[in-house]
Amino acid sequence: MKELKILGVVTVFTLILYWGVEPFAHSQMHKHVEGNNFKYADLSPLKAHGDVAKGKTLVTTTCVACHSIESQGIKAPMDAVTSAQTYGVNPPDLSNVGALLDEKFLAHFLMDPAKVTKSKHFAMPPSASSEQDAADIAAYLKSIAPKELKPKEAFVMACGRCHANRYGKWTQIGDVPETKSNIKTGVDLAALDFKKKVGTYQNKLADYMGKLPPDLSIIIRARSEHFLKTFVEDPQSQLPGTAMPRVGLTKEGFEKVKAYLEETGDPSKPLREETGSKVLFFFVVFTFLALLWKKSVWKGHH
Amino acid sequence: MADKTKGRRDFMGMALGGFTALGGIGALYAMKRTWDPLPSVKAAGFTTLDMKAYKENELVVEKWRGKPIFVLKQSADTVAKLAKEKPDDLKRLIKIGDAHYTVCVGLCTHLGCIPGYRPETKNFLCACHGGQYDVTAQVTKAPPPRGLDIPPFKIDGDKLVLGEEGPEYKKMLKDGITMPV
Amino acid sequence: MAHFDENARPFSHKWMNERLAVDTLKRVLSTEYWIPKNINFLWAMGMLLAATFGLLLVSGIFLLMYYQPNTQLAFDSVNYTIMSEVGYGWLWRHIHGVGASVVFLIIYIHMFTGIYYGSYKKGRELIWLSGMLLFVLFSAEAFSGYMLPWGQMSYWAGMVITNLFSGGGLHLNGLVEWIRGDYVPGQAFLNRFFMLHVLLVPLAIIGVIVLHFGTLRIPHVNNQDGEEIDFEEAAELYKAGKVKKSKVIPFNPVFLSKDIFVMGVYFTLFFYLVFYHFEFAMDPVNFDPANPLKTPTHIYPEWYFLWSYEVLRPFPTNPGLIAFGFAQVIFFFLPFLDRSPNVAPANRRGLFKFWFWALLIDMIVLTFMGKLPPVGIWSTIGLIAAVTFIGLWIALPIITSKEKKL
Repeated sequence: MKELKILGVVTVFTLILYWGVEPFAHSQMHKHVEGNNFKYADLSPLKAHGDVAKGKTLVTTTCVACHSIESQGIKAPMDAVTSAQTYGVNPPDLSNVGALLDEKFLAHFLMDPAKVTKSKHFAMPPSASSEQDAADIAAYLKSIAPKELKPKEAFVMACGRCHANRYGKWTQIGDVPETKSNIKTGVDLAALDFKKKVGTYQNKLADYMGKLPPDLSIIIRARSEHFLKTFVEDPQSQLPGTAMPRVGLTKEGFEKVKAYLEETGDPSKPLREETGSKVLFFFVVFTFLALLWKKSVWKGHH
Repeated sequence: MADKTKGRRDFMGMALGGFTALGGIGALYAMKRTWDPLPSVKAAGFTTLDMKAYKENELVVEKWRGKPIFVLKQSADTVAKLAKEKPDDLKRLIKIGDAHYTVCVGLCTHLGCIPGYRPETKNFLCACHGGQYDVTAQVTKAPPPRGLDIPPFKIDGDKLVLGEEGPEYKKMLKDGITMPV
Repeated sequence: MAHFDENARPFSHKWMNERLAVDTLKRVLSTEYWIPKNINFLWAMGMLLAATFGLLLVSGIFLLMYYQPNTQLAFDSVNYTIMSEVGYGWLWRHIHGVGASVVFLIIYIHMFTGIYYGSYKKGRELIWLSGMLLFVLFSAEAFSGYMLPWGQMSYWAGMVITNLFSGGGLHLNGLVEWIRGDYVPGQAFLNRFFMLHVLLVPLAIIGVIVLHFGTLRIPHVNNQDGEEIDFEEAAELYKAGKVKKSKVIPFNPVFLSKDIFVMGVYFTLFFYLVFYHFEFAMDPVNFDPANPLKTPTHIYPEWYFLWSYEVLRPFPTNPGLIAFGFAQVIFFFLPFLDRSPNVAPANRRGLFKFWFWALLIDMIVLTFMGKLPPVGIWSTIGLIAAVTFIGLWIALPIITSKEKKL
């Protein structure tokens, strides 16, 4: 039929056009990076078997000089802003580290942070003198980590000290507190104080990293999933020279972080997909009815 | 024959039209949802007042959901006088600890102007249309149809949370002392 | 003074007729507005455009309720308030974004249909010209709307496109600043493009759509064979019940029933894109907030501007601007550059047949190259395609004046 032939021509040209400006153009613009599924193959497997009790001794005598472990009742020696003024960035709380980071990565990281993170911007000095010590510490941190983390906890642990997420009300120094402005003047001093603290922290962080790490509120829509995955696994593979350290997330850890990024960056996704199927069903039926109507109207015209 | 065709045509046309209307209702629902107040607006609908901070016979204006809220701590004299003369109005006051407070939305129930408080006569006057309210914000002179509305509240120690419905507020609603805001 | 029946019930048929001539309106605008029978689904593109414009208008109204034209707030009002707070706000934005892209696909199909079937020839020049005017207005609407989310692509597209007005070697920096209201795209710029997008340009579009419909009235719609139809005779035949023999059909309901079926197919595809495949219309780079101190690694216009952008890009500044200006206006001259009197599908028109397909393919090549980074083989292909584009238009009067009369 002639109309189908015309439809074929229109469709072919449209598809060629689409292919050229989308998949083809993007394949030429961005180099393709093959991920390694968070295996960290460049790091040798651990030979030493970690001992939790020994690890605990090591952690409570050395690590806690800078780090807090809230779940074990160990408080941070300094607040976030003072830490940033001292180290450039706030050292993480160690409660959840074991739930998100690859154990092998963690052990190697303790021995040589700069090499393992592939970033010069790392304040932490080598903190384990032998593979055995490193394995012990990693084993201990794994043992105290909760089984299941909430997406936000995962984000805060893995990204939250360098990246804000304003749609999730998160700043590098914590959640934006609820404050009230003075009824007579409209001035909200508590909010201003908090802003100043965040600002001080961000200035220090920017000096330390070379620039302020971006807010991650809608990064899920600004970068493809493939990019985020391979970038988090090895930042240097996508942006050579970037200050972002390799953080050593496990695959599951990355999925948790991604879940949070979707929560803040694309919260309408579930409703969108549900509504989509209904709307499409409506238009399929509509088209069918329209076809029947057309046929009845055109009867006798040809 | 011709009529038969026409009948079928009309039927299909109407079927299509009806089905399209169904889709239209769906679209209208989405449009209605778009006009709804945002979640952030609704979440901001709570205000906590520290009731210790108020002084007797001194009107303070607070803000709740963008509306002015009158808070007036009553003196023991006023309460005693009310108990004798207007026991019904006394029920309008919120009792926290030993103190009684007038807490109400400061918008005239007539057309929404803000009435002014007159300390010397201890009553409220709405300048727009001359409505008057007594010290418990009960109406004393028309045109306002009723006393100033009491916002939903919950007593939390010596704090008052506006926007939440506590048992005292629910009782007031049930007794017809105020209307839902 | 016309005669008004005193006994007519208010709003009854007769009452309405006396005041608004509803019967005449209905007859003239729909039941006796005659369309050739010899058409295919490409003749439904006009209705698809009207429907898509309607969708853009409705979705735009709801976006307007929450959008903030302020450089500090615009990005979050779109990406936070509208996308995650407003009930179904994401739906309006996706419809608006996808609609803005798809409307150009339909415009191009509509244009190339007109070129293929010679629907711009003698008597139909104003249809073509008003249509081209709509193309320009839609381009302005698309560009001004693209500024509003105030993301990286918004900002840098605003920077680059307004810089075109410096006129290259003419250095009209004053003009560029006048357009922007600032040295760089800033608050004044955002505000005025907001005004253009939601008021001035849509008003102009609605006006020109009415004009476009008006230009169709006397020359009538073309048909698949370019046949000249005696519409009055054919209409009489149709009204006499000889619908099979008549060469025309009434707009309502016969033509409309086909249009609505095509529209059903189109909307099914359209909403598939809205819900499941929208990235092509909502560039990820624009989800990074505008940063006046950092240009994105790759910047490129939306796909529908790529061909004219690529006519600009391979040349040095001044010749590039001239070529770009040429590309912007040359389509307007089509009715006067085509010297052949033949109104027929391109495949029956000798060399014009090759010209048509060459133009289409060349514009697709330009579109591809416009998005690719201008390096190596891509810039060579881009240059060849740009020169070919100009060459094709120079060749048009020559090949059409030699065309045999059909």
